[in-house]
Amino acid sequence: MTDAATLFDLLLAGSVIALAIASLTVRDMFAAIVLFVIFGLLSALAWVRLSAPDVALAEAAIGTGVTGALLLKTLHHLRYVTGKLGEGQARDLTPIATVPAGVIWANAAFCGMITLGLALAFLGAPQAGPGFDSLVAEAMPASGVDHPVTAVLLNFRAYDTLMEVVVLLAAVIAVWQIERGLSDAPAPALGEVWQGFARLTLPAIVVVGTYLLWKGSEAPGGAFQGGAVLAAVGLLLLLSRIYVPRPAHRGLARWAFVLGTGAFAGVALLVSGGGRVAFEYPAQHAYSLILLIEGLVTISIAVTLAALFHGREPVAAPAPEGRNDT
Amino acid sequence: MTPDLIYGLTGIAVFAIGLVGALCAQDRLRRVLALKLCSVGAGFVLVVAAWRTPPADPDPVPHALVITGIVVMISATAVALALIRRLQTLEAEDDDG
Repeated sequence: MTDAATLFDLLLAGSVIALAIASLTVRDMFAAIVLFVIFGLLSALAWVRLSAPDVALAEAAIGTGVTGALLLKTLHHLRYVTGKLGEGQARDLTPIATVPAGVIWANAAFCGMITLGLALAFLGAPQAGPGFDSLVAEAMPASGVDHPVTAVLLNFRAYDTLMEVVVLLAAVIAVWQIERGLSDAPAPALGEVWQGFARLTLPAIVVVGTYLLWKGSEAPGGAFQGGAVLAAVGLLLLLSRIYVPRPAHRGLARWAFVLGTGAFAGVALLVSGGGRVAFEYPAQHAYSLILLIEGLVTISIAVTLAALFHGREPVAAPAPEGRNDT
Repeated sequence: MTPDLIYGLTGIAVFAIGLVGALCAQDRLRRVLALKLCSVGAGFVLVVAAWRTPPADPDPVPHALVITGIVVMISATAVALALIRRLQTLEAEDDDG
C-alpha cells in the first residue's frame, strides 16, 4: 500500500515539475496557459495528498481557475490589439528587448545556486519540529468554530485575513485606475458562452459556493473558496451576456468591493472595548460573528474577483462598438 | 521516500523553474506566469512544513498563510495583467499613429 502511494507521489511530483517546465517553454502562449491550469490542478491534488484540503480548494478555485481566466482574457486582449487574433500561434506577443545569452546563463547560474541553497536548507531542517498545532488545539474551544484553519484565518490571525481583503480591494481599485485611460479604446468581444449551459450550471455553482462557505466552520471550505466559486457565477454571467455591466452599476459595485473590508473592520472595532482588544470575539457570539464576517467577505470576494476579470470599469458607451461587450 | 520529502523537493524545483522563467522569459505574459509558478513552489514548501508524519491533524497556521498567499498572488497577478494590457494598447496606438 505504501509502495503504491509512494509511486503515485513520485508520478505526481514528476508531472508537476514537467508541466511547470512545459508551460514556460511551449511556443504557443494559449497552450502555455492551458498547461499552467493543469499544473495548478495537479498541485492542488498534491496538497490533498499532504492533507491540506483547504489550501487545495483555494488553489484550485482562485490560484488556478480565476487566474487562468484572467490570463486567457489578457491573452485574447493582447492578440486583439496586436492584430494577431486570427493566428493560431502567436509567440512574441509582448516582446521585450532581447536579453544577451551571457546574462541568461548568469541568471540561470545564480538561480541554480539559490535553489541549491534552498534544497540544502530544506533537507537540513529539523523534521517534525514543534509547530503551532498544539497552541491552536489548545485554543480551539474558545474560537467559536470547529475547523482549525477557519479558526486561524478568522479568529487567531484575523489581522492577516483583514489585510488580505484590503489587498484584494486595493487590486480592484488599481485595475480600474490603470484601465481608466482605456475606457474609450475598443476592447475585444470575448467568446460567447451558450446561454443554456449558463442556465444549467449557474444554480449548481451557487449551491456549491454557498455550501463551501457554510461548511467552512467545521470542515474544509470557507469564505475564500466559496467566494471564488461564486465569482465563477459572475464570470459566466459576463461571458454569456446574461449580465452586461452598465455605468449605473458602478456605485453598487463599489459598495460590494468595500463591504467585506468594512464589515470585517467594523466587527473588529465593535467587539473591542470593555476590556477586550480588536478581534477578541465574545465567546457566546463568536460563531455568529465569524459567520457574519465570512458571509459578507464572500460576497465581496466574489464581486471583486469578477470585476478583476472584467477589467475596466463600466462606462457609458460613446459608440456602439466602444463597449467591450457589444 | 515520504510524501513530505518528495513534495518539498518538488516545491523547490518549481520555485527554481519559476525564478529562471521570471528572469529569462522574453514575453511579459510568460513572466507573470513564471512568478505565479514561484508562488506555487513556495506554497508547496509551506504545506510540507505543516505536514505531520502520521498523516492526521496538520499544523493549520501554515495552511492559513498559504491561503492568504494565494489571494494576495491573484491580486498582484490581476494588477500586473492590467498593466500589460494597458502597455500593449498604448504601444499598438503608437505603432498606428
